[in-house]
Amino acid sequence: MKCDRCDNDATVHEVTVRNGVKVEKHLCEACAAGEGIAGATLGELLTKFMTQESEATAKPKQAARVRPSACPGCGFTFEQFRQAGLLGCPACYKSFEALLTPLIERAHEGSTQHTGKVPKRIAARAAGREEDAIATEDALARAQLRERQERLKVLQRQLDEAVRGEQYELAARLRDQIRKVDVTLVAKPRDARERS
Amino acid sequence: MVQRPDNSGQPDPAAGFAVTEWLSDAGDSSDVVISSRVRLARNLAGHAFVHKATRDEREVVLQTCRDWILSTKLSDRIMWVDLHDSPLIERTLLVERHLISKQHAKGKPAPTAGTPTAAADEPRGVAISIPDERLSIMVNEEDHLRVQMIRAGLSLDACWEAASAVDDKIEAGLDYAFSPKFGYLTACPTNVGTGMRMSVMLHLPALKITGDIDKVKRAATDMNLAVRGFFGEGSDAVGDLYQISNQTTLGKPEGAVLTDLQDSIIPEVVQYERVARRNLMGKRRVALEDQVYRALGALRHARMIGADEAMQLLSLVRLGVVLGVIDEVTAKAANLLWLLVQPAHLQRVVGRELDQEHRRIERATLIRQRLGGK
Repeated sequence: MKCDRCDNDATVHEVTVRNGVKVEKHLCEACAAGEGIAGATLGELLTKFMTQESEATAKPKQAARVRPSACPGCGFTFEQFRQAGLLGCPACYKSFEALLTPLIERAHEGSTQHTGKVPKRIAARAAGREEDAIATEDALARAQLRERQERLKVLQRQLDEAVRGEQYELAARLRDQIRKVDVTLVAKPRDARERS
Repeated sequence: MVQRPDNSGQPDPAAGFAVTEWLSDAGDSSDVVISSRVRLARNLAGHAFVHKATRDEREVVLQTCRDWILSTKLSDRIMWVDLHDSPLIERTLLVERHLISKQHAKGKPAPTAGTPTAAADEPRGVAISIPDERLSIMVNEEDHLRVQMIRAGLSLDACWEAASAVDDKIEAGLDYAFSPKFGYLTACPTNVGTGMRMSVMLHLPALKITGDIDKVKRAATDMNLAVRGFFGEGSDAVGDLYQISNQTTLGKPEGAVLTDLQDSIIPEVVQYERVARRNLMGKRRVALEDQVYRALGALRHARMIGADEAMQLLSLVRLGVVLGVIDEVTAKAANLLWLLVQPAHLQRVVGRELDQEHRRIERATLIRQRLGGK
């Protein structure tokens, strides 16, 4: 196909539909550049598409909050975070929460909620009774116990599978691990009682 | 001979010659697993993160942390090193012993314009439990506190329990930056949540020889695990040593990460390496023996040798030892040499500063002496 403007081969094809009327343009690279239509590689298009999309998905959340220009805690801006890859202070997490959440989600396999250890004093304060830190400790001990029980279950299942598959070396190793976890299981509740 | 500055707070010179506990060829699955490590990233509430803080603020954080760490009974003996006052060779020694990161040794460059420039004299330090060197706490690295527990063999559970206990003691006196939603708040959002990195250093020479190491790497990446070299981020797997660690820190409790790595993923990799070793012994025994003895021969006779080449040859010797191909060297001795051939350790053993060429010569001499060469 020839270029609409000159005799060169047309390599850029643009189809636009305006008010229901289809307009086709077939241009060579030079004429396309003259018209302000840039030839783009598939890679460029994809990159463009991805960034546009992530901006599009980030926008509604962004609009819900007024975008803070700088963190009141340290004066750091989101732009500076983008450059540095590091936040300015702990308060930045709150200040830029809406912008950070999608990034955090991507970095942590879709998760945006902490599950795991909580500083004891913070846990106690959250419960509104600092002096009851011991109770939290017991709760943590119980959580630890649950964690061990959970681990024991996983190990037992793996052991059953190993025995079924006649993988005796693996089975022996798993049995040793089960014994190890088992001992701590027996020891822990007694420790907890001694404390309280 | 250059004498070390007399400073009672500094490491014992003999420590440079001793094998660190994590390289002692002890613990579970030590034929494949060199060491296990748990690292917790923590920050103090109410202070800017290290890279954004002013020098004065960094000094305040350093002093606050140091005072509390040294007054709390974290271990029988704790050694404190002010890194901004330490010579480069001391800092490099600590990096080689895996007690501080490279970036902590250097002093971090400022990531953004307008923030204070960090350099070698930036206020920062490290607390180390001695003589075992299992615990180290970096202050003012990327985060205010980085608590690390490292042990020989597959022992992530022991590392986690010990690191968590130290964490509790520190938290009893210092307010951590924590949010119920995001967990422990860290300078980099990739560490937020538990702030915990669990890693295991594996010696995988047979998988390297068979080429199956790439499968391990791919499988690890698919499970969102990072595979790194001997010196962590950005380092090559010299000496067939690989570190596998969790990458995500949010949404999965510490115990679950522990169970996955310690009870299922790492034992599988260990088993894979053992099978590869058995196959090499069964099907290619002479070729394997040839490689092992050539490595031993080169180490016993070389007159000049670089650290990477030495580590690679030591890897084959260690493989030979573990498989019973050679018995005149122990795995522990091979492990120790992995450490001693590093530039700062070598200079410490020799007792003076050396340029690169002299390092190559002295390294070859040291190895010959240690491996009974001529």
